[in-house]
Amino acid sequence: MKHVKTISGANLAKSVNKGGCGECQTSCQSACKTSCTVANQKCEQKKD
Amino acid sequence: MIHKFKNLGQYIVLDVASGAVHSLDEKAYALLDCYDGNGVFLPENAAELGLVGAEYDEAKEELQSLIDEKLLFTKDIYAEIAKRWDKQSVVKALCLHIAHDCNLRCKYCFADGGEYMGKRELMSAEVGKKAIDFVIEQSGNRKNIEIDYFGGEPLMNFDVVKEITEYAKEQGRLRGKNFRFTITTNGVLLDEDKQAYINENMSNVVLSLDGRKEVHDAVRVRVDGSGSYDRVTPKFQKLAESRNQNNYYVRGTFTRDNLDFAEDVKHLMELGFEQISVEPVVAPETEDYSIRREDLPAIFAEYDRLAQILTNTRKSGKFVNFFHFMIDLEQGPCAYKRLSGCGSGHEYLAVTPSGDLYPCHQFVGKPEFKMGTVFEGKLDENIRKRFMNSNIYTKEACSTCWNRFYCSGGCAANAFNMNGDIDKPYEIACEMQKKRTECAIAMAAALSE
Ligand code: SF4
Ligand code: SF4
Repeated sequence: MKHVKTISGANLAKSVNKGGCGECQTSCQSACKTSCTVANQKCEQKKD
Repeated sequence: MIHKFKNLGQYIVLDVASGAVHSLDEKAYALLDCYDGNGVFLPENAAELGLVGAEYDEAKEELQSLIDEKLLFTKDIYAEIAKRWDKQSVVKALCLHIAHDCNLRCKYCFADGGEYMGKRELMSAEVGKKAIDFVIEQSGNRKNIEIDYFGGEPLMNFDVVKEITEYAKEQGRLRGKNFRFTITTNGVLLDEDKQAYINENMSNVVLSLDGRKEVHDAVRVRVDGSGSYDRVTPKFQKLAESRNQNNYYVRGTFTRDNLDFAEDVKHLMELGFEQISVEPVVAPETEDYSIRREDLPAIFAEYDRLAQILTNTRKSGKFVNFFHFMIDLEQGPCAYKRLSGCGSGHEYLAVTPSGDLYPCHQFVGKPEFKMGTVFEGKLDENIRKRFMNSNIYTKEACSTCWNRFYCSGGCAANAFNMNGDIDKPYEIACEMQKKRTECAIAMAAALSE
């Protein structure tokens, strides 16, 4: 495409199918302790 | 719903519900305004905006193909999921307040000099072990359990930290749980032995350092009023090196007294740190250092400047990670996690030195939020359910906010402190969150070039 470059696909929508196991890290434990930033966290399931 | 913005010289559109991100040229970006929001393109709107000609027709076609592939203007399906979701929440993370005491007197401390509006107190090993038993029992089938040693200053009670850690490891082995430990420290009492123990046992360590010496020392003062920068900085540098510049954060706080906080991030980079987090202070507007609405334009500009600095650094081949600009567009957390928030009050709890349970470290000391004790082994169901049932769709402001899958509804404690309700997010924090998400996405796009 000439006018559009897709940086990332529909990853949020796709995650509905395999997500929800709850094994991932609790947001506030990582560094912050004052706000809820989840987008930077890792999913514990290895996706392929 | 889409969100479009310009940053780092790029035209970006985020398709909120699918999570797709596209970088556009100016023409396609302008054309986005010609959609009716339901995936229908309105050519008459384009004509009205003067967006005509072969180039525009081409851009139009490309946008239409994104819509057809469900990468643009997709519908939110998660509100329904949230409603139907029979959430089986278990406690899987504890913040242990190892010491309600501190050897510094940082002026912005939300823990009130470590005392949390209570008295100076150290956690006993007995309370800590009870907390471990409690979380094992409460965690159901969950394998991974997190323990964060927090304070006050946890190094003031480090023997107890060790005793609890050893106990948890042993119990984890016996009962099939994988414990991960983290610790936050101001560094004053850090020495070689403690560093060795931390490196051996803790998956993350948070080192409190604000940035430039004058910034740090104006706030992070010792009991006699003198600054702590000179004492802690070399120790932190050593610790960071000993962890191969990984699995730690230097963590600073900015206030309205250093709205040029990109300089502090730069300073931390110059000190050699590669894992950096510098975050806005949490304080009521009555404090003179607190962030006010009128500070937002300056803060936004500073975040932009920082995003540019970090992008340049990365492009020059050097790696620096800034916590709040870190985003994983490919393998980030699943939608369930994103709509349910931080987990305070049901997945994540704070334990005081005497064993009282609260929804999180920032609720400690508020009597109406006391949820029980580690000794009783049960939780106040009303409070637990209140937190568990809260999600981005129970928060009016969030349900229509483009940022909802990136902040997952914000900080409940902030919402309660500022607006008296965990479902009413604090607007100033939201504005900063949104800006940070934009910067993070723009950086990811810029670095993918
Ligand atoms: S930025 Fe604020 S309003 Fe928007 S989703 Fe996050 S907490 Fe809710
Ligand atoms: S309520 Fe706020 S401070 Fe408490 S765990 Fe959640 S995001 Fe963190």
